[in-house]
Amino acid sequence: MSTSTVVSALSEERIAYLEGIVTQARAAAAVFTQYTQEDVDRIVKPMVLAGLEQAQYLARLAVEETKLGVLEDKALKNMVATEFVYNYVKDKRTVGPIREYPERGLVEVADPIGVIFSLTPITNPTSTVLFKCIMAIKTRNAVIFSPHPSAGHCCYEAVRIMYEAALKHGAPEGVFTCLESHALEDNAYLMRHKDVGLIDATGGPGMVKAAYSSGKPALGVGPGNTPVYLEKTANLNMAVVDIITSKTFDNGTICASEQTVVIDDEIYDLVLKKFADLGAHICNEKETQLLARTVIDPKTGFMQPLAVGQKATDIARMVGLSVKPNTKLLIAPIQGVGREHPLSVEKLFPVLAVYRTKSVDEALKVCVDVNHAGGLGHTAVVFSCNDEVIGKFSQVMNAGRIIVNSPGSIGALGGVYNDMVPTFSFGCGTGGGNSTMDNVNVYNYLNIKRVARRTQAHMWFRIPDQIYFNMNAVENLSHFPSRSTIIITNPAMEQIGHVDVVRRYIPPQTLVHVQVIPDAEPDAKIVMQGVEALNFYKADQIIALGGGSVMDAAKIMKLKYESPEADLEELAAPFLDLRKRVVEYPTEKTSRTRLIAVSTTSGTGSEVTPFAVLTDKARGRKVTLVDYSLSPDVAIVDPQFVMSMPKGLTADTGVDCLTHALEAGVSIYASPYTDSNAMQAIRMVFKYLPIAYEHPHDEEARSMMHNAACIAAIAFSNASVGVTHALAHAFGARFGVAHGRANALMLPHVIAYNASVPTKFMPSPNQRGYIAHKKYAMMADLLGLGGHTIDEKVKNLVAATEQLLDQLAIPRSIAELGISKEDFERAMPDLVKIAFDDPSGRSNPRMPLLTELVELFWSAYQGRGPANVASVSQQQKVDEWLCV
Amino acid sequence: MTMTIIPVGLEFDGESVAHAFQEAREKLDGADGGLCLDFSSVRRIDPSALREMEELAGMADDKAVKIVLRGVNVDIYKVLKLMKLASRFSFLA
Repeated sequence: MSTSTVVSALSEERIAYLEGIVTQARAAAAVFTQYTQEDVDRIVKPMVLAGLEQAQYLARLAVEETKLGVLEDKALKNMVATEFVYNYVKDKRTVGPIREYPERGLVEVADPIGVIFSLTPITNPTSTVLFKCIMAIKTRNAVIFSPHPSAGHCCYEAVRIMYEAALKHGAPEGVFTCLESHALEDNAYLMRHKDVGLIDATGGPGMVKAAYSSGKPALGVGPGNTPVYLEKTANLNMAVVDIITSKTFDNGTICASEQTVVIDDEIYDLVLKKFADLGAHICNEKETQLLARTVIDPKTGFMQPLAVGQKATDIARMVGLSVKPNTKLLIAPIQGVGREHPLSVEKLFPVLAVYRTKSVDEALKVCVDVNHAGGLGHTAVVFSCNDEVIGKFSQVMNAGRIIVNSPGSIGALGGVYNDMVPTFSFGCGTGGGNSTMDNVNVYNYLNIKRVARRTQAHMWFRIPDQIYFNMNAVENLSHFPSRSTIIITNPAMEQIGHVDVVRRYIPPQTLVHVQVIPDAEPDAKIVMQGVEALNFYKADQIIALGGGSVMDAAKIMKLKYESPEADLEELAAPFLDLRKRVVEYPTEKTSRTRLIAVSTTSGTGSEVTPFAVLTDKARGRKVTLVDYSLSPDVAIVDPQFVMSMPKGLTADTGVDCLTHALEAGVSIYASPYTDSNAMQAIRMVFKYLPIAYEHPHDEEARSMMHNAACIAAIAFSNASVGVTHALAHAFGARFGVAHGRANALMLPHVIAYNASVPTKFMPSPNQRGYIAHKKYAMMADLLGLGGHTIDEKVKNLVAATEQLLDQLAIPRSIAELGISKEDFERAMPDLVKIAFDDPSGRSNPRMPLLTELVELFWSAYQGRGPANVASVSQQQKVDEWLCV
Repeated sequence: MTMTIIPVGLEFDGESVAHAFQEAREKLDGADGGLCLDFSSVRRIDPSALREMEELAGMADDKAVKIVLRGVNVDIYKVLKLMKLASRFSFLA
C-alpha cells in the first residue's frame, strides 16, 4: 500500500488524530533524551511492580476479550514479562556509556531510537505490552502501541497501567500511547510516518511483512513451527512432562511451542503410552484425518483461527472426537511433512503431531523438513543425553533458539528453564525474514554508538640473538658446537679463501660440508639442492658465507629443511601489516637448526634481516619472504671479508646501506629504537663510505661501513623501507641494474618528494602528524650540514646525498646508463604498476600516487633537480594504462 | 536594539515555566525586534515547556520578533533539534 493510498483511505480527522499521537510521542522521546540512567531506573521498578500487581487482572481481561488461552498461564506470562524481564534489565546500563573496553580504547554509548511503533499479537497480548513498556522506558524510547484488533481493550489497559506508573515516577508525558479502535490503514500510515524510528512487529506473517515493506527499520518477529527430536537416550519421563507442560501452556499460543515430535522407533510406543497416561489422547488414523480437516484450512494449509488457543477437549468437540474429560492434549501420528500432511504445520493449540523414525539420520531430516515448513529461524527442541546428537541437531536446525531437554515455549521465553534473555519477541533471523535472531531485548531498542580512541599498535624491535663484529669476529664460530655443519657459499668465496677462514674456526669435531651455489638470487632448484644436503648430512648448523643472495638462500633452505611442508608461494602472499597478515609461517619444526650469517658485502644487511628473496624462474619473477623466523640466529660482521671488495661494489652496496637508513628513518613504522640505528648508520655512511671507496684497504673505514650496513639493516628490519626501494625494485628488475645503483638513481628525488607536503597522507597510527621533513632536517643536523629552516636543511641533505653519489662515481641519471627515452617511456606503465604494488611503498611516509611514481621515474631519468608534482597529462596517461 | 531578558524557571516546575513563557508572550508586543529568554539555570525541559516554546515561536514569527535563547545547555539544544524547533530561535552563549 503506497503512502498516497494510505492517506486517501483515512479521513482528515483520523490523520489529525494519528499526527497528534506521533507529535506527542516525538516530544516525549525528545525530552526523554535528557534522562540519566538513574532517572530511568527509578521509573522502571515501579512499573514492574504495577505490572506484577495487575498480572491476574490483565490475564483475565485478555482471556475474556480474545477467548484464547488459559487465565492462570496468562497471569504467569504477565509475571515473566515483568519480574523476569526486570531481573534481566535492572543492572543493565542503557543510557550513555554502557560498555567500556579500556584495553581496546573503545566505549559503547547508548542512544535511544525515539518513537517506536509497536504491533502486538492476539496470542500474548498483555504480556507483550508489559514487556515492551519496560524495555522502552529502560531505553528512553516512546512507544505507540497498535494491538491486535481482537485484543484492543486488554492491551489498552496494560498500556494504561504501565503509563500511569511511569508518569508518576517521572517519565515524560506522552511516552506511551495505545491506538483505539484502529484499522489496518492506521498501521500502514504510522509504519511510514517520518517520525517513527522503528517498527517492532510481533505477530503474524502479514503484519511482519508489512512492517518490513514499510521501508522503516523494523524488528519483525513472526511464526514458527517447532520440531522436537525425542531421541532414545533422553529421560523419557522428563521429556513427556516437559512437552505436555509446554504444548498446553496457555493452550499452545506461544509460537515457540512444540508442533511435531519426532520419536525414535525403539521408544515410540513407550513414549505414546506415557503421553496417554498423563492425559493425552492418541488419535487413530481416522481421528487424525478428521482433526486435520477441522483445525487446518485445506485451502491455505494454515491452522484455523477458531482452534487457536482453545482447550484440547473443546477442539475434540469441534472435531467430533470422543475423549476423556481431563484430556490435555491431542496427539496425531503423521507419516510425513508438507501439504499432504496437514498437521505438520504450526498449530497454536494443544494438538501435537508425532512421527516415528527409524534412525537418527531420518529423525534429523524430518526435523529439518518441519523446520522448513514455516519454522525457519524460530525454535527447535531436542531431548537427548547424547551430546553428539544434540550437536548435530544444533548444526542442522535453522532456529534462533535450540532448546535442550526442556519445554520449547517456556524455554524459548528465556530465564525460566535456561539462561537465555527473557523476551516476548522471538527474532527469527533471515530465515524468518527478520532483522535479528535474538530474543529481542533492550539492546534491540538502542542505537549503540562506538567511541573509538586512537590506539597504538604494539611495535617491536627484533634482532638476532647474537651479533659479533669488528676484525676477526669470525673467531667466535668456535663457540658454537655442532655435529654437522653446512657452509652455504658461492664460488668466489671459495676461490679467495674465505671458506677456509671460516672452516678454521669451526670446532674440530664438527662434520663440515660446503654447498656452493651460483652467485645469483637463489631459485627453488638451488634451495632444494641445499635442503637435500642438509637432510643428507643431518645438519644442525648452517653457516651462510656471502652477500645477500647466499644469505637469502640459506634462510629459505633452513625454512624448508625444518618445515618441509612450507609452501613458499603461499608464504610470499602480499600483506599490509605483518601482524595481521593472512598466512602464518610454520611453527612446527622437524628439527631446530642454528643459522649463522657471515656477511661478505657491506650493504644488504641480510645477516640480521627477516627477508629472503627467491627467484621464480618459471614465472620470471621474484618472491619475497618476510618473517622474523627467517632471521639468522647469529650474525658475524667481520670486515676481513670485505677488504677486497671492488670499488663499484663498495659504492653500490654502500648506497644500498644509506638508502636503508634514510628510508627506515622516515618510515611510518619508525620508532625511537629504529631511529637510533638509522641515524647512526647515516652518520657512519657519510663519513666512511667515501674513504672505503677511495682507500679500499683502510681497515677502519671498511669496518665502520660493514657495521653501518648491519646497523641500517637492524633499523629497516624493524621499520621497513620506502618508495625508493619500490622504484628501484621495479626499475632494477626491468633494466638489469644493480639494486644499490638503482637506489642511488632514485634516492635524492625521493628525499625531496617525501619532504614536501603530501598530496595524499599515508595512514600511520603510530605517528602524530607528518614528520618526514623534520626527520630529514634532523639527519642534516646530525651530519652538520647547516641551514636555519627545515627547508634549508632538507635541501642541504639532498645536496649532500648528491655530492656523496658524485664522489662514488655513480651515474646520476637513468639516461646516463644508456637507456633511451623511448625504451623508458615504453616500460613506464609496467614500472609504475610494479612499483605501486611493491610492499616497500606501504611504509613510505607519503602515499605515492601513480602519477607521482611516474614523475619520480622521470626525475630519475633526467637526473638532478627536485621532483615535481604530477601533471594532468600524466594523470591521463596513468588512467589509460589502468583502463580507468 | 535592546532586548528584554526573561529568566526561565527550572524544569519539572511547570508553574515556573508557564509563568516565564506567559511573561514572554506578554512582552512580545513591546519587544523592539527581539526578546531574550535566559535558560542559564534550566537543566531540562519537559513536554509542556516544548509546547510553550513552539507556541511562543509561532507568535514571535507573526509579530516579527526575534527570540534569543541564552545559556541553553547542549541537552536542551538537542531536544530542540529533535523537535525541529532549534531553527526558530537564535542562541546566545
